[in-house]
Amino acid sequence: MAIVETKDLTKAFGKLIAVDHVSFAVEEGEIFGFLGPNGAGKTTTINMLTTLMNPTEGSAKVAGFDIVKDANKVRSLIGLVPQDLTVDEDLTGMENMMLQAMLYHVPKDVAKKRIEEVLRLVELEDAANRKVETYSGGMRKRLELAEGLIHYPKILFLDEPTLGLDVQTRAVIWDYIKKLREERGMTIFMTTHYMEEADALCDRIAIIDYGKIRALGKPKELKDGIGGDVIELALFDNSKDFSEAITKMPYVIDVKRKSEIYRIKVTKGEEALPNIIEGILKMNLKVSNVSLIKPTLDQVYLEYTGRSLRETEGNREEVMRMMRNIRRARS
Amino acid sequence: MISEIWALTIREVKKWIREPILVFMMIIQPVIWLGLFGQAFNLTGLVQIPLSNLPPEITQQIGAIFNQMIGSIFGGTLDYFTYMAAGMLSVVILFTSMFSGMSVVWDRRFGFLNKLLVAPIARGSIVMAKVTSSVIRGLFQAALVFSIAFAFGLQAGNAFNVLDLLGVFAGLFLLSIGLSSLFIALTIRIKSWEAHMAVVNLLNLPLMFASSALFPINMMPDWLQSIAKVNPISYASDLVRAFILHSHSVGLDISRIALNFEVLIAFAVIFSLIGIVLAERGLRKG
Repeated sequence: MAIVETKDLTKAFGKLIAVDHVSFAVEEGEIFGFLGPNGAGKTTTINMLTTLMNPTEGSAKVAGFDIVKDANKVRSLIGLVPQDLTVDEDLTGMENMMLQAMLYHVPKDVAKKRIEEVLRLVELEDAANRKVETYSGGMRKRLELAEGLIHYPKILFLDEPTLGLDVQTRAVIWDYIKKLREERGMTIFMTTHYMEEADALCDRIAIIDYGKIRALGKPKELKDGIGGDVIELALFDNSKDFSEAITKMPYVIDVKRKSEIYRIKVTKGEEALPNIIEGILKMNLKVSNVSLIKPTLDQVYLEYTGRSLRETEGNREEVMRMMRNIRRARS
Repeated sequence: MISEIWALTIREVKKWIREPILVFMMIIQPVIWLGLFGQAFNLTGLVQIPLSNLPPEITQQIGAIFNQMIGSIFGGTLDYFTYMAAGMLSVVILFTSMFSGMSVVWDRRFGFLNKLLVAPIARGSIVMAKVTSSVIRGLFQAALVFSIAFAFGLQAGNAFNVLDLLGVFAGLFLLSIGLSSLFIALTIRIKSWEAHMAVVNLLNLPLMFASSALFPINMMPDWLQSIAKVNPISYASDLVRAFILHSHSVGLDISRIALNFEVLIAFAVIFSLIGIVLAERGLRKG
């Protein structure tokens, strides 16, 4: 059953169309990722699905309710962990949680138990009575995550959950997200511009660019879709073209030769590699160099959007650094 | 709805009392104001400067004459300090109210507002919580100013009692609800502190000076009088004075008090409704 369903969802800011007639469905219990560079329309989509913004055109249903007409019902069934940190620095972790519980009408005695439980999940129980201004960036993000869970939402929206966090903290957040799905069966809708993140966490990914979905599917399908694994192989003998012989070997789809280097597209890289080397040895040829290239989402991204995701990252990191400085200056 | 307003009000109050500078300012500011305004507008001070080469007995005498003249302008036995201190209570409410709009801008800037907007709560309760906490802050500071004014020599009427005190704070309560709602309504779509400060500053001083808070209306030019006569701060100041100067010889002027209350109740109700309606429409992202 689709828990999120959009139909031609569109948001325009003046002339700029941030989200352009986007239609997709998220199944209950899956981790669905929106992958795309800064400004692709990911956050705008989340803002609409979480009722923060109204679409200019099209419609969407979240947990069975219309995001415009039944906004308050949608709100009570979803949790949002926004990109910016929105926890109140002047309050303690516990006070932030208590406030959140009251805003979601969780009765006080139930709230106490749940706060304990979710704080344990994100390993903040020891810091609960400290003011948030003493927390590190990772701790704040974890508190934010805990807040999003207090009312046991059916669907959790994570907007760039690991943006600006160091590698270890990122791994920890990934673990929490996986745990939530495994233990609660919670549906998770997340945006990210980290390839590895989408690859490691998401069951299905939508690649979004300039407000449009360019590709949608399981990470593996998307990777397979741009062609399978590639074996790059160099021979000592450069005098003759052996392409035809290689093409006849099992698993091989296509061979391209550039002097002594052969680019061989194969179906199952790990199994094809020993077979091909064996075959070449049988032809009394010597291999000077070999490598197996597995397709990455980065390549998928390049394929569908025509630009590398990495190109957009530098700019983003800069913005994050600036924001962190502002925050530090404020405290 | 009540529990949401309560939860958010608690948050505001906690933030407020945990900031030592705010608490310090809250105590020191009224002292400075009472001292500064009390001195600056005390016209006896003006006389003493150019005549400083005269013997002190004479300047004191001139000063006494001036004080008497001013006293007659301010209504009988009343001295300017008492007049001003009573009006200052409304000015304190004005200045604490303007921060209610500020905190909306602040919450918007730091994303906290988004957290409230995705929560299943009425938008109006976000505004009402801001108003409630602003009223608490305002009344608290007004109480502080009132006690400091007593220490500085405010002379209440000889029949001034607990009921009058309640009347004073009921009036300030209504003024605070109205002004806080007004400032929130004005700044609900504003995203930067700079723009907010510009709007607030544009309103603040005119609201303060075009009222009977610091200066009697009948001493103003006609055009200013017409502004001061629709300014709710004038009504609150007048109400506060009516209660504070409650003396056995004159007694309470019930019709004057009723008029002031009517205006203030209308002001509070109308502007809090405007605030709630604007919140439902204007309190969203982007």
